[in-house]
Amino acid sequence: MNYVFQYGQIWPFLPRLFDGALVSLQIAILAFCGGLLIGTACAAVKTFGPKLAAWLIDIYVTFFTNTPQLVQIYFLYFALPDMGILLTSFAAVLIGMTLNAGAYLTEIQRAGFESRRVSEMEAAEVLGFSRLQQIRYVILPHVARVLFPPLSNQFIIMTLGTSMAAVFGVEELTGQAMNINSQTFRSIEVFTVAAGLYIVLTLVASVALSLIGRFAFRARTGLI
Amino acid sequence: MLATILEELPRFLTYYNLLFLAQAALATLALSAFGCIVGVIVGFVLAFVRLTPSRLWLPLRWFAFLYTEIFRRVPFLVTLMLCFFAFQATGYDVPLAVVGAVTVALIASAFIGEIIRGGLVSVHRNQWDAAATMNFTLPQTIRHVVLPQAWKIILPPAFGFFVMFIKDTALASQIGVIELTYAGKVLNNKGFSAALSFGSILLIYFAISYPLARFGKHLENRLAASRHHRT
Amino acid sequence: MLHLDITGLEARYGAMKVLDGIDLKVGRGDVIGLIGPSGSGKSTVLRSVIGLLPPSAGTVLLDGTPIDYRNAASVRTVRDRIAIVFQQYNLFQNMSVLDNVTVTPVKIRKRNRDEATAEARVLLEKVGLGDKLGRYPDELSGGQQQRVAIARALALKPEILLLDEVTAALDPELVSEVLDTIRVLAGEGMTMIIVSHEMAFIREVATRVCFMADGRMIESGSATDIFDNPGEQRTKDFISKILRH
Repeated sequence: MNYVFQYGQIWPFLPRLFDGALVSLQIAILAFCGGLLIGTACAAVKTFGPKLAAWLIDIYVTFFTNTPQLVQIYFLYFALPDMGILLTSFAAVLIGMTLNAGAYLTEIQRAGFESRRVSEMEAAEVLGFSRLQQIRYVILPHVARVLFPPLSNQFIIMTLGTSMAAVFGVEELTGQAMNINSQTFRSIEVFTVAAGLYIVLTLVASVALSLIGRFAFRARTGLI
Repeated sequence: MLATILEELPRFLTYYNLLFLAQAALATLALSAFGCIVGVIVGFVLAFVRLTPSRLWLPLRWFAFLYTEIFRRVPFLVTLMLCFFAFQATGYDVPLAVVGAVTVALIASAFIGEIIRGGLVSVHRNQWDAAATMNFTLPQTIRHVVLPQAWKIILPPAFGFFVMFIKDTALASQIGVIELTYAGKVLNNKGFSAALSFGSILLIYFAISYPLARFGKHLENRLAASRHHRT
Repeated sequence: MLHLDITGLEARYGAMKVLDGIDLKVGRGDVIGLIGPSGSGKSTVLRSVIGLLPPSAGTVLLDGTPIDYRNAASVRTVRDRIAIVFQQYNLFQNMSVLDNVTVTPVKIRKRNRDEATAEARVLLEKVGLGDKLGRYPDELSGGQQQRVAIARALALKPEILLLDEVTAALDPELVSEVLDTIRVLAGEGMTMIIVSHEMAFIREVATRVCFMADGRMIESGSATDIFDNPGEQRTKDFISKILRH
């Protein structure tokens, strides 16, 4: 093997990689929040709503959880224009990831809803708690603790999932790495640095989430 | 839109195209299956190494730990790129399928290794203790006592990973491995509308993944029930 | 020569010292009863001797030979000659009763399967479970499982048997069947260290009784010495409390 490692050549491009990492994080956060809204709404409908709506949501969830996110985004980016909807690559990625996240989060949130303790709610009601007070003091603390580990886990998965945005030209971490690669041809170096950044990013996120979970919700994610 | 698709359909559904899609689907399944089979073997070795108490094995234990953490925290695409360029650097002309296979093997080993390790350590401490006091070596303990009790805890998440991994292999298309997603791009480039091309790919992925996912759920229920009778 | 000679044994769980200088001299055929309040470290003595919790200080001599608990080969010789029966029986859940008893002789010690099986049958008869050979642990009562555990330990042909609160996890009506088995073993001259709360039984069967508290050996003597004429104040307090009912 005649490869000579030249990590020095990557040094000047480090800021661009950091920028990319920031974009990755932004996409992940936006898609997660959007997905959480969708997921919570869908889970609520599935738990409390009419059978027909629940069935439709089932179709949505089943479809999005059994097909690859990459191909979902391909469809949004390439097929929608034929129907008159033109999306930028960033928009396509964001919408795709949000819809995908929404499907997975529906399942997670549904488990959360089902973990509510009806007997405690009834006790609270009898004690004179209003619906809102019941939710705030009785349901939420327990449900939040139950939901925290799977939600944290989903967020970490999504942070790694932002990497496929590079396929569509979005300048997140992997995309930046690919750009730098085509400029310097120091392929192994730039991608190992990118890999390292992903590791750091997910580790920091895992630790931060673990600590938040521990102190805010007394939820243990198993890391700390 | 629908009119376009209906118009293309006869041209789309030719024997050649369908054969192409079937082969691509098979490639996708093979990629995930290969990754998972290697993943079970290597994963088991990784789990075993991480459980060895001996001082001499410390560097190996560290390696196994780092390997598992690293390959679970790097996106598929980045690992794929690293494999691609690493093979390129060797100077040998390695087929793309091999690059893809190595990538899936590396990643699956880390994830499945963690699943196996989790299953093994979940077996009650007193089973390990009893074996230790009767001079079982670590391999003997795992073989006779721990694994027979742990496999039911390991199989459902391992199978679940396999089903999930099928979707991850879509990214192998990015270096040109001829699997399902790549087939979609090819058909789109050949002139078929994106909706038809990628739409049919989505349907095929669904057709593969959904039955397997249902089976996985069934497996999980069966094993959870039987665990309460006799391990 | 003493069968087992323990001097100055210390052990810790992390920073906490659980054994603070234990001396225990065990002669061949001795039946030592180890009594004391919960948390006194009685079980820890057994776990240390068998190597599950390596001692942090002190010496252990087996027939005069010192044991180095940081040396794997040394620990292995201990486990070849000393067997332990746990409070929670620790039977292998994935094996039948017969397999539990034969697995170590056949798979670990590489003995002839037929011989080992024949011996196992005899042992299981001896503990009164000759008709349960094909059953699995989760099909047996606690007392039955504990008796299988004793048979399993005996199959190892140990010189010394360590019994760690073997009746503590059992319903009262199942305790006597296990005690009967131990009584027989004592009668046959097996060297044993028994950690137990069953005072009447200890009194009957032990050749010597040792009282422990806070990780230390407070007093040791014959059964009559300890139960009827305790010397130390701690011993007196303990004896009076347990004899109150």
